[in-house]
Amino acid sequence: MAERAPGDAPVAGEPPAVGGGGGATDLASSEGEELEPGPGTSGPVPGDRPRSLWSDAWHDLRRNPVFIVSGLLILFLVVISLWPSLIATRNPLSCQLDKSLDPAAPGHWFGFDTQGCDVYTRVVYGARTSVTVGVCSTLGVALAGSVLGGLAGFFGGWWDALLSRLTDIFFGIPIMLGGLVFLSMTGSRSVWTVVAFIVLLGWPQIARIARGAVISAKQNDYVQAARALGAGNYRMLVRHILPNAVAPVIVTATIALGTYIALEATLSYLGVGLQPPTVSWGADISDASQGMQFRNAPHILLYPAAALSLTVLAFIMLGDAVRDALDPKLR
Amino acid sequence: MPVGRYVIRRLLQMIPVFIGTTFLIFVMVYAVGDPVNAMFGDRAPDPATAAQLRAEFNLDKPVWQQYLLYMGHIFTGDFGNAFNGQPVTELMGTAFPITLRLAVIAIVFEVIVGIVLGVVTGLRRGRPVDSSVLMLTLVVISVPTFVTGTLAQYLLGVKWGWIQPAVSPEAPADELILPGLVLALLSLAYVTRLTRTSIAENSRADYVRTALAKGLPRSRVTVRHLLRNSLIPVVTFLGTDVGNLMAGALVTERIFNIQGVGFQLWQGIVRQNSPTVVGFVTILVIVFLLANLFVDLLYAVLDPRIRYA
Amino acid sequence: MTQAQPTSPTPAGTLPPPLLDVRDLHVEFHTRDGVARAVNGVSYGVEAGETLAVLGESGSGKSVTAQAVMGILDMPPGRITGGEIHFEGQNLLALSPEERRKIRGARMAMIFQDALSSLNPVLSVGYQLGEMFRVHRRASRKEAHAKAVELMDRVRIPAAQARANDYPHQFSGGMRQRIMVAMALALEPRLIIADEPTTALDVTVQAQVMELLADLQREYRMGLILITHDLGVVADVADKIAVMYAGRIVETAPVRELYRAPAHPYTRGLLDSIPRLDQKGQQLDAIKGLPPSLLSIPPGCSFHPRCPMARPVCRTDEPPLYDVGPGRASACHFWKELLDAP
Repeated sequence: MAERAPGDAPVAGEPPAVGGGGGATDLASSEGEELEPGPGTSGPVPGDRPRSLWSDAWHDLRRNPVFIVSGLLILFLVVISLWPSLIATRNPLSCQLDKSLDPAAPGHWFGFDTQGCDVYTRVVYGARTSVTVGVCSTLGVALAGSVLGGLAGFFGGWWDALLSRLTDIFFGIPIMLGGLVFLSMTGSRSVWTVVAFIVLLGWPQIARIARGAVISAKQNDYVQAARALGAGNYRMLVRHILPNAVAPVIVTATIALGTYIALEATLSYLGVGLQPPTVSWGADISDASQGMQFRNAPHILLYPAAALSLTVLAFIMLGDAVRDALDPKLR
Repeated sequence: MPVGRYVIRRLLQMIPVFIGTTFLIFVMVYAVGDPVNAMFGDRAPDPATAAQLRAEFNLDKPVWQQYLLYMGHIFTGDFGNAFNGQPVTELMGTAFPITLRLAVIAIVFEVIVGIVLGVVTGLRRGRPVDSSVLMLTLVVISVPTFVTGTLAQYLLGVKWGWIQPAVSPEAPADELILPGLVLALLSLAYVTRLTRTSIAENSRADYVRTALAKGLPRSRVTVRHLLRNSLIPVVTFLGTDVGNLMAGALVTERIFNIQGVGFQLWQGIVRQNSPTVVGFVTILVIVFLLANLFVDLLYAVLDPRIRYA
Repeated sequence: MTQAQPTSPTPAGTLPPPLLDVRDLHVEFHTRDGVARAVNGVSYGVEAGETLAVLGESGSGKSVTAQAVMGILDMPPGRITGGEIHFEGQNLLALSPEERRKIRGARMAMIFQDALSSLNPVLSVGYQLGEMFRVHRRASRKEAHAKAVELMDRVRIPAAQARANDYPHQFSGGMRQRIMVAMALALEPRLIIADEPTTALDVTVQAQVMELLADLQREYRMGLILITHDLGVVADVADKIAVMYAGRIVETAPVRELYRAPAHPYTRGLLDSIPRLDQKGQQLDAIKGLPPSLLSIPPGCSFHPRCPMARPVCRTDEPPLYDVGPGRASACHFWKELLDAP
């Protein structure tokens, strides 16, 4: 666990913010800079153990209602993604055309869509798609971005210049546009195609943050001290820089998760995302909007739209809560 | 003159990026997919015809050569022909002003409402106004544009009949107001949150304390000291936001039947017409890069520390 | 808010009211973790032409007191819960915010520690200096600019005319601090509070800035409150010293006497911990322990957990400020012992 070392720069992946006094004699923020003395200055606080950034953050998160609500919701979503049959016993692909656009019936609580498929089941299976795309894309982007950006920030020199140019180039293509172009050309698109594409165009965002965080962490005195004590590159990276640089990446990645889910839905809506038999909320909403069919059968639009919005909301709320907990500047 | 040098430097930096990005697009389209097969749709192409077409479109040459030939064409203004035989440039010519109108409406709305809301909530952090606006922005960010667009079109256009559900082909500005609002919503939410955070952070800055210690009235401190510094990250964001707006425009134009760039691009994709797709996307990328350049310059104007770096 | 009291006419034969007279000030902060008592009954005063040094570690309440005097405390979470602040005869706490604002910057000014972050990075130095005149004296832009250049000259910034349009980051640390001094001086205030003005500077630059401050103070006969934790700086510049600990004043004395014979164990500890040339080879004498959190100040004498002289009574009875001599006071039950010892 990383200790907050004396004279630490704020872990936000940017150069130290205003108000960084030079007083090396002060253990924590100098009194002249903050208007309140606040806890965190020297001296035992009642009932206290040494607090690192992570235990502080967890302590805050546990008490944050936004975190609890979104966390539970996400837990629920993950569980039904892994085992949809827990709450949906039917097959999302077994449709009966004669039931097309029928309203809710016993056992079919959300009614039927244009093809006569059970909306409820499709909504549940859609969760699996969205969560998979979201989680896998984010993991991929976070990994690729952190490694590339982190190494560029750490080694600097022409590694860094090369990466920066590369980042600029990929940034030049807005993801949606790239998606349109790329995905429309690929024949059959599975969940993994979409994930691969998102990782391909999404890594620069995290790379930039990781690079900034590593550079900012590198400037800390304790890193110089470790180097002077003979620490090799590997040790420096893993023991000293990583724990402090990882927080902004986590914050950005968590929020990005929500946007990737929305991205997949939009691409599927436009018809260049996932294809049947994969169940996608975006595609279902697109079907429902054809010629405004939902006018007479609002359930075919409302349920998938609500499910999509709630899912994205849950992840973004989680991201917000995590950021508030990890960002020292907002304390 | 430092600002001039900065401009030149940024322009020069843009060139490799432009080349790299357009090449990337090119690769994605021509190397991954097979445009000739696509042109034939579901039917298998006759080998001879296919070979002839390939030669005509230079598809038998290595990718980088194709790219250079294509770039060469572009610089002479030849983007190829669209699915209906029209040159892509002509199609762009009619579509661009429409999307521009839509975008301007969206940007004006997003900037004005977003910044005002952001300032108000930033100064009143923790109060009811702040919490409710924050909640609202979260909801707006979570509901995808195509959902809000569809609902808005239905409720306002069909159910309550306040507006025409589909926009007429010439797309006059007044008909574009609702679509512009729908387009702006997502970006507006981001601008509000960014402004709010920036204001909240900056109000605790040392220079604000100094300004107060100088006995300056609160209004002056807020406007001349706080705002100027707080808006810097917002301006930077607006550059990348152009990308969001492009994506949103695709969706919005499709929903409201606005015959702008997004609409035509989508047609190009549906009909698998590579020249349209590549041509439009290339131009959009240029616009995006220019927008970012402009924003960078604006940033240099606002923040003197950048100019002399 | 009540009308500000006019300064009371002084009957013949009595002294005029002190420039600044802080009486029994109490300031609290309501934080998530509890109430931090930052200032607990602080009283001090400054005369025109006099320099008071306020000494103390981080968390002693020295900056908070100064900010309360200036009126720039963040009012939630901060609250002034008691006491009075008399400046030029008026009780500042009884004035309306607008009246206080007019005094701020014009009659009393403050210099902060880190000039780079204390100056607005996107506005030119000339603008920030000129602002004082535009707001307080209704000067025009040209007049304000001319005054700004004049000020920069006064604080010995070379090529002031050309540099007035430069930005803070284009100056060196020492020059930036001089600009802060200039900003404080602009309207010729009666009182200047300097909150650790030289802590962030190199030693040589430190000396220059302090010299500048001292010169200007003499020239304008201002009262100067110098807040610092650096005993070396204080010795040269101050007339009298107030030592603060855990939100209270624990000792006041004229400068020479404090250094010669401290009357409080904390002061003694501070003086002893200064490394000296003749101590070569020996261990440094630091004060054991850390200052208390302001959320839970120890009962009795707040210094007792770290005091080498602590007795049982120190744990229970909070020492008042005992009168030790002319202009001297000490908040230690056993000050006499301390003074008598070698």
